[in-house]
Amino acid sequence: MRMFNKAKLLAIAASLVLSAAIPVTHADEQYFPLQSYRVGPYAAGGTGFFGGFIDYLNLINTRDGGVNGVKLTWSEGETQYEVERGVEVYERLKNTPGVAAWNPLSVGIAYAMIDRITQDKVPLITINHGRTDSTDGRVFPYVFPLLLNPYSETSGIVNYIASKEGGLESLKGKKIVVLYHGSPYGKETIPIYELLAQKYGFELQQIEVPHPGNEQQAQWLTIRRAKPDYVVLRGWGVMNPVALKSAAKVGFPVDHIVGNVWSNSEEDAIPAGDVAKGYTAITTQASGAEYPVVKEIVKTLYDNNRGNLEDKNRIGSVYHNLGIVNGILNVEAIRIAQEKFGKRTLTGDEVRWGFEHLQLDPARVEALGAKGLFHSINVTWDNHEGNGYVTFQQWDGKKWNVVSDWIAPDWALLRPIIEKSAEAYAKEKGIKLRTTEDAVTATN
Amino acid sequence: MLDFDWQFFLEVLIGGLLSGVMYSLVALGFVLVYKTSGVLNFAQGAMLLFAALTFVSLVEKGIPFALALAITFGVMVAIGIAIERVVLRPLTNRPPMTLFMATLGLSYILEGAAQLIWGTQVHGLDLGIDDIPFEVGGVLISQFDLFAASVAAVLVLLLSIFFRYTRIGLAFRAVADDQFAALAVGLRLPWIWATVWAVAGLVALVAGLLWGARLGVQFSLSLVVLKALPVLVLGGFDSIPGAIVGGLLIGATEKLAEVYIGEYFGGGIESWFAYVVALAFLLIRPSGIFGQKLVERV
Repeated sequence: MRMFNKAKLLAIAASLVLSAAIPVTHADEQYFPLQSYRVGPYAAGGTGFFGGFIDYLNLINTRDGGVNGVKLTWSEGETQYEVERGVEVYERLKNTPGVAAWNPLSVGIAYAMIDRITQDKVPLITINHGRTDSTDGRVFPYVFPLLLNPYSETSGIVNYIASKEGGLESLKGKKIVVLYHGSPYGKETIPIYELLAQKYGFELQQIEVPHPGNEQQAQWLTIRRAKPDYVVLRGWGVMNPVALKSAAKVGFPVDHIVGNVWSNSEEDAIPAGDVAKGYTAITTQASGAEYPVVKEIVKTLYDNNRGNLEDKNRIGSVYHNLGIVNGILNVEAIRIAQEKFGKRTLTGDEVRWGFEHLQLDPARVEALGAKGLFHSINVTWDNHEGNGYVTFQQWDGKKWNVVSDWIAPDWALLRPIIEKSAEAYAKEKGIKLRTTEDAVTATN
Repeated sequence: MLDFDWQFFLEVLIGGLLSGVMYSLVALGFVLVYKTSGVLNFAQGAMLLFAALTFVSLVEKGIPFALALAITFGVMVAIGIAIERVVLRPLTNRPPMTLFMATLGLSYILEGAAQLIWGTQVHGLDLGIDDIPFEVGGVLISQFDLFAASVAAVLVLLLSIFFRYTRIGLAFRAVADDQFAALAVGLRLPWIWATVWAVAGLVALVAGLLWGARLGVQFSLSLVVLKALPVLVLGGFDSIPGAIVGGLLIGATEKLAEVYIGEYFGGGIESWFAYVVALAFLLIRPSGIFGQKLVERV
């Protein structure tokens, strides 16, 4: 008996030593490290987006048992939207086995990660934001500004204003002011607005609002003097409601203000109160809880107290739905990659391949329960944005209502500009342009 | 010069002065605490956030406006007393830098606590004052900003009467002049400090409601302290009239600078221009316009 015990103890000890020596593997898990922000000045956006993202991952696990049996896992690191904290979270979580993709929802953090994720060969998803020229997959193999890059957003907004004025020809002689956040994010579209002004013949004035944007008296008095036909609001956080309130103070009509994709949430309109009624903003995903996928999340998670949002009233809000759409795109990229590489935990490079083949037509979007929530996406190895469509929504004092069809930005016009910028970046960094042949394989 | 648009200039100037009053409201909270205890209370912005968030959350839970105001005031008084007991009393006679660092830490604790208790959601706050402008001689003036200026004027008047004519106000001034002498004549320093922090809580509540109605009640409210610092440098850290005059000067200067010279610097200069003015003033008059000159026996 004693001998048996000794042998058993030895076996346990040996197995412990072995398990310590061999890295822990999670055969059927795909991991999402989340650089979230649930406190700090941008917490409202962070809790909504990451809440929606986690809700969707949770739905896939609960309803389907994961993606083809591969369970989705995640953990969060708080960044407070600060770059250094985001990088610290990256360094802390990057060695966790089975990392699928990074989704920081922060331009600053994304910029700081580009070199790192390229070296580590893991995709970086910057849905609706990020560096415009990262659309060019020839230069940025691992960066995906999915659905809408800043230049497409600009083109979509200008096209929308043109549609209200009777066509692109009618823009000639009109005056547009762009009020932008004083940050790299805010300044990203300065050159493309200049180019579009030149092309369509409208007069342009771009005015900076210093971070965080809680004082805009001077900017709006300048706008009042300039007497523009439209103001494009390219804001973030507190800058948005303050802009709407300051506009009312100088008597500028709110229905002639068009918000960009980070000025389009309930959190931007509600604090402005009644003066926000009639405010219009661009979006890639509709708000509301009537979409089948959102209903399923409510039924599966929230009705069982397993939803991620603390406040159920935020279900179906702009940020929550953006998180859900982001979840759909991440999960579908994994599903597509699994078809090629096998139904197992994938490497970051294999998931990159999945994103480069992320083609969801309206029929597939409907099958996913997201018809009307977003239009479609068509990512290729060299087009990492995926030609997302946009729509416009108007605030009625309580909620957003869609007021346009799905609109296509002018991709043909933008592509050469994006390529030129990406090629300049490649030259500066000594990057060899990828070809179709480079994109077909993935390392495991 | 003949082409100069004086009407527009006047509009920017008035808008700047009215914005300056809002800065003064925040600066007042700093002055109160500094005047009586020599502590630069960096947590004033966090107190402002806490007050506004508590008030708006109570109102959203269906509590009537007046009752919510009273409860929030009670909470702010309790926080003021707790700060004195838990943070400041154990640090009595420590160097000013230690006390400053303590309030810096305190600001993070209050911000975290506010979000932990009331959540991170952004709230609208309607005080029932329309923010629709009216026109005087072609110049637009904001009703809300005028209301805020009136509230600030009343607050300054009440504080001035309080400091000048009430027993406790005189005790505050005595403590501000010489803490040891105040102790020697039997003034209870801890009680006075607790009261001062409670009054600072009241100022934070008033400023929080006005700023909250302007920006929405959200985390960024705590960042308005950055607007108060140049005001304090200009007006003096221990002067109530200084906070008002400093606020008006900073508000007007930064707005005029943004409009008239901003384009030469690429725009968006008002956030740092206020500090340029404050720094220049610091070099000429280190104690501010109305600040008490420090005379030390060596």
